[in-house]
Amino acid sequence: MNTVNVKINNREYAVPANSTVLEAARYAGIDIPTLCYLKDINEIGACRLCLVEVKGARGLVTACVYPVNEGMEIFTNTPKIRNARKMNLELVLSAHKKKCLTCIRSTTCELQSLCNEYGVDEDFFKGRTNHYDLDTSTPYIVRDNEKCILCRRCVAACKNMQGIGVIGANDRGFDTHIASAFEKSLDETSCIGCGQCIVACPVGALYEKDDTAKVLEALADPTKHVVICTAPSVRATIGECFDYAPGTDVEGKMVSAIKALGFEGVYDMNLTADLTIMEEATEFLERMKEGKNLPLITSCSPGWIKYCEHYFPEFTDNLSTCKSPQQMFGAMFKTYYAEKMGIDPKDIFFVSAIPCTAKKFEVTRDHQSAAGVPDVDVAITTRELARMIKQAGIEFRTLEDGKFDNPFDIGSGAGAIFGATGGVMEAALRTAAEVIEGKKLEKLDFDDVRGTQGIKRATYKLGGKEIRVAVASGTANAKRLLESVKNGEKVDFIEIMACPGGCVNGGGQPTQPAVVRNNVNLRELRAKVLYTADKNMDVRKSHENSAVKKIYDEYFGHPGSHKAHEVLHTSYVKRGL
Amino acid sequence: MKKKLTTVAFSGTDEQKKELDELIAQHKDEKGALMPVLQGAQAIYGYLPIEVQKDIALQMGVSLSEVYGVASFYSQFILNPKGDYAVSVCLGTACYVKGSGQIMEKLESLLGIKGGEITKDRKFSLDATRCIGACGLAPVLTVNEEVYGRLTPDMLEGILKKYN
Amino acid sequence: MIKNLADLAQVREKMQGKITFRRHNPGTEVTDGNVRKHVLICGGTGCTSSKSVQIKEKMEKCLVEAGIADEIQVVMTGCFGLCALGPIMIVYPEGTFYSRIHVDDVEEIVKEHLVGGNPVKRLLYAETVKGDEILSLNETAFYKKQHRVALRNCGVINPECIQEYIGTGGYLALGKVLNEMKPQEVIDVISASGLRGRGGGGFPTGRKWQFAAAQPAGKKYVVCNADEGDPGAFMDRSVLEGDPHAVLEAMAIAGYAIGADEGYIYVRAEYPIAVHRLQIAIAQAREEGLLGKDIFGTGFCFDIQLRLGAGAFVCGEETALLTSIEGNRGEPRPRPPFPAVKGLFGKPTIINNVETYANVCQIILNGADWFASMGTEKSKGTKVFALGGKITNTGLVEIPMGTTLREVVEEIGGGVPNGKKFKAAQTGGPSGGCIPASKFDIAIDYDNLIANGSMMGSGGLIVMDEDTCMVDLAKFFLEFTVDESCGKCAPCRIGMVRLLELLEKITSGNGEMEDLDKLEELANYIKSASLCGLGQTAPNPVLSTLANFRDEYIAHIKDKRCPAGVCKKLLTYNIDPDKCKGCTMCARKCPASAISGQVKTAHVIDHTKCVKCGACIETCKFGAIYKK
Repeated sequence: MNTVNVKINNREYAVPANSTVLEAARYAGIDIPTLCYLKDINEIGACRLCLVEVKGARGLVTACVYPVNEGMEIFTNTPKIRNARKMNLELVLSAHKKKCLTCIRSTTCELQSLCNEYGVDEDFFKGRTNHYDLDTSTPYIVRDNEKCILCRRCVAACKNMQGIGVIGANDRGFDTHIASAFEKSLDETSCIGCGQCIVACPVGALYEKDDTAKVLEALADPTKHVVICTAPSVRATIGECFDYAPGTDVEGKMVSAIKALGFEGVYDMNLTADLTIMEEATEFLERMKEGKNLPLITSCSPGWIKYCEHYFPEFTDNLSTCKSPQQMFGAMFKTYYAEKMGIDPKDIFFVSAIPCTAKKFEVTRDHQSAAGVPDVDVAITTRELARMIKQAGIEFRTLEDGKFDNPFDIGSGAGAIFGATGGVMEAALRTAAEVIEGKKLEKLDFDDVRGTQGIKRATYKLGGKEIRVAVASGTANAKRLLESVKNGEKVDFIEIMACPGGCVNGGGQPTQPAVVRNNVNLRELRAKVLYTADKNMDVRKSHENSAVKKIYDEYFGHPGSHKAHEVLHTSYVKRGL
Repeated sequence: MKKKLTTVAFSGTDEQKKELDELIAQHKDEKGALMPVLQGAQAIYGYLPIEVQKDIALQMGVSLSEVYGVASFYSQFILNPKGDYAVSVCLGTACYVKGSGQIMEKLESLLGIKGGEITKDRKFSLDATRCIGACGLAPVLTVNEEVYGRLTPDMLEGILKKYN
Repeated sequence: MIKNLADLAQVREKMQGKITFRRHNPGTEVTDGNVRKHVLICGGTGCTSSKSVQIKEKMEKCLVEAGIADEIQVVMTGCFGLCALGPIMIVYPEGTFYSRIHVDDVEEIVKEHLVGGNPVKRLLYAETVKGDEILSLNETAFYKKQHRVALRNCGVINPECIQEYIGTGGYLALGKVLNEMKPQEVIDVISASGLRGRGGGGFPTGRKWQFAAAQPAGKKYVVCNADEGDPGAFMDRSVLEGDPHAVLEAMAIAGYAIGADEGYIYVRAEYPIAVHRLQIAIAQAREEGLLGKDIFGTGFCFDIQLRLGAGAFVCGEETALLTSIEGNRGEPRPRPPFPAVKGLFGKPTIINNVETYANVCQIILNGADWFASMGTEKSKGTKVFALGGKITNTGLVEIPMGTTLREVVEEIGGGVPNGKKFKAAQTGGPSGGCIPASKFDIAIDYDNLIANGSMMGSGGLIVMDEDTCMVDLAKFFLEFTVDESCGKCAPCRIGMVRLLELLEKITSGNGEMEDLDKLEELANYIKSASLCGLGQTAPNPVLSTLANFRDEYIAHIKDKRCPAGVCKKLLTYNIDPDKCKGCTMCARKCPASAISGQVKTAHVIDHTKCVKCGACIETCKFGAIYKK
């Protein structure tokens, strides 16, 4: 590594030659505050909080974009700098709706913690503010522009990271605000609901539509059977809301906490992840046989589904007709299980805990009500689940480990890895390979489809036939991949997840401040939880999951059966732009 | 400044659409052509309605939000067309105390539109303006360049008739 | 088609007569074939709006009628500079200067002057008439101290005719550079001349070029910033309207120097005449082979695209201008990387403003020493200023750097009109500051202006007299910058609004003394923390008025009084009972019915009803109403 010698606050350091002042300071153990900077996606130097003094430079220097050079002398903590930061924050506060006590981001707000650190006088500047209506038009995202500080991280997430760009800066000067074209509400745009804008937001200007009240109401209703099912990746992240380091598996405590909330049943979505694989692998083998609607593209990610319907409607026939694991669980529960237990599906209140905001939209879709009532009643994000646990006064960290409820407590390692990009593909390959080859796989790890890169490609020889697979996460990567397919790239099977890195990095996951996002590979840490769980499981293949076998034996018959299609499959629409 | 959005329905003609398509085709391979295209489109339609911006976004392969972001940034881009006759009522203090509020109300009812809007036939648009410095004539309105002072509500019908 | 230097020389020789005819020194003999006289009519924006186009048409018609159309050449030129006297017409070879002429005057001029040989005295610029003698323009106070380099062809040639430009020595510099000089030699000459950017910052032009030239070969761009947006400034507009080829030629030279083959001119859409002439100039230069491929047969290729702004002052900032050309919101981006390294479309780019380019060809032709011989130690050459405000000769002047402010205002500008006292001069527009009367004798150059709390800016120079309220002036500029802030960075977006609100508080009589400290602290913060040049300079009007006219601020705060009588909320309108004749006119005019009184008795204004519109003052024939 090439290094240069710099002085930071009068101490000498050798730092990587191509680093910025911000990175160099970080290297020296000094955090320079930022509000707008997100590495690689939002390097616009707009918030002006990261200003530092550099000897010999004309004026203050923007640390987030300013490159270091040999002999540079940097000062990050002079009176001038402290005053500048304080005044910056006071200005930002003067245009900010200061409803901090009740704000959903109170204590996780980056602006709030900086204001604390710098001893800001929140009334130093008084003056006009702009009024904006709250946008509550979608079932998943709420935008409160009166809290927006115009860091544009959401715009960068939507446009630069996801390649969508349904929001942007409108008007100019003091009236600049983030919104959709022509001030349309979000539901009138081609927003896919991925929620990446929410996790990018440093303040409380963007948040999920809170559905916890509905859940609490149902829990208080004695006539309802209220059950919940948690997605694979929630256990890998919810610990972050209770001060665990990113990448801590808290499955047991999570289950205990949910039980303490009073749910009648707590189930593991890994099961329907396996069910999905059974259906999808079957579908894939059929399509391969018929040579129709290939490549098959996975359908687990509702953000991706909406993306496909808006931006690539020509590919909707390639989508697997399988419902997502969330919807499969609700559908199966309200048909098979309700029948089995003699419960009226109308009396079941099915909650799913998911890392995803798009799933809040998914529950409202057509053809997602196998028992004549919605498969899933409410989808709550990891953040909402954590809030419910906190509100109930449950001491998460001191809980004993609990276990998912029978008879759905069995999930395979294949289901577990659904939460990471490439996981669905790997799970499907494990099953498809054994079905095609008719013998046990020696090596279960399909390393080529693992990892956090945006697009992964691999070719496997199964049953003497070459199967070309591709995996994309993040819709910008999906776009690149699909454009390439349109231009003639031959692929048989594609996994796409709307969020970069897959569900572990979903829009419903715990927010982390920029300083963590910029310096820690959250996706990798969180995904590791899932791959470790997979490795330690007895059952690592969906088709070997005994619970899955039982469900087929007792209800659906075999994968792809008529009944399975009625309950576990769905349809899509071509939305266009 | 916050840009005023239009309230009139889009009434673009096939000819205008053809012109727009040609304009975009002509600039398509040019780098950074969004501004010249928007300028050209405004010359064709007189303003930049959503229908036109959508068309531009689709044909140029950029998001509508990006197009709108640009259109709402520059002061010369107009999202709300002016009528053939732009009626502006001065709502400065002097005019206001002399009853320009009532003048505005009466005009709104005569034209059937609110301030900031334009009549369906695009003949008249109605706006409130800041003091135009003709306080001695208060209350005052202007129709394009023409100034009318010492107004009473009953004079308004006659003034509008001159332009009908 | 001009393929080489010989072709160029041929055109030049053919046209030279015409040009010397118009530049002639009285007393020497000049001829232009059969043409006896040249009638030059200003076609700049100022004069065109007072009907100079119609005057030209009428002139041509009258000449035909008089049967002398062959003997008189009528030329529409760019700006002569003395805009206050427009529309302007000059007749050569004698150099008679007609001012404020009307279409109806044309017949008389043709008959008396062009046919009869007797200038129409009543229409001449008064300063050129001394008894029976008619002085040449260059002897008037307005022109005497000027030295025209950037404006040398403005008001001399027809800007829509490339041949006339060539006749002045045009494209000779490009020819010389391509045929005789290495790119580095070009940069060396520009560096040695000491030319600094005329757009505001004053960065050495040669150094800028050197940075871009030092980038690895490949696609590079030359950009001309013609997005002149300061209120009251029109230097660049005049150059583009009067001498567009000088800019094109200089851009091509810059392209050769840094290794670029493409240029962009970003021009305000509010300058239709400049745009039109640029379009013509580009088309003509392409047609003649002076833009395009293989220029002068040297293999050098260079072409220029025109891009129009759409109404955003911030696009005058170089990085915002680049983002705008790229088709985005005109929001600045942080530097580094500097445009010379990563500019337009991510490629090395130089950006200079119009006036800077307008100097380049002259430097190449006359040498670095010639240019460096003008001006002061660190500011070489001349600078164009747009004089405006409370000054007699509103217009465009070009002076050697180092000329004193007093010379510019009193001698060239003709002083403050109506016997009022000079209070301050504002330079640098919304980014600049005020030079108070106490510093009237400072020599104008980059560093002196900065040392005195202002800046060169692009060259607006607005004169203020005792009727100007300095707090109100600061407020005016802030209203402008608040309107024009792009909204990207927090200090400018929010800070400027808060700064303006503080001024509003003070001018409405609610100010407190602590507000002055707050003003200063906030203004200094915005300067140091803003992302781009707009924010970094926008507080200057506050800081410089605060430094030089603090007493006025204090009067607003402590005495609740506006010394200049401008700030409405601090004024009361009163009627002097001794002067009032009781004519009732004011009472009838008052929109708020605030004036009462019997016929033929003194009237009284009810301050609780008065809306301070001033209609009464305008109405009163007896000067009985005053504000304090």
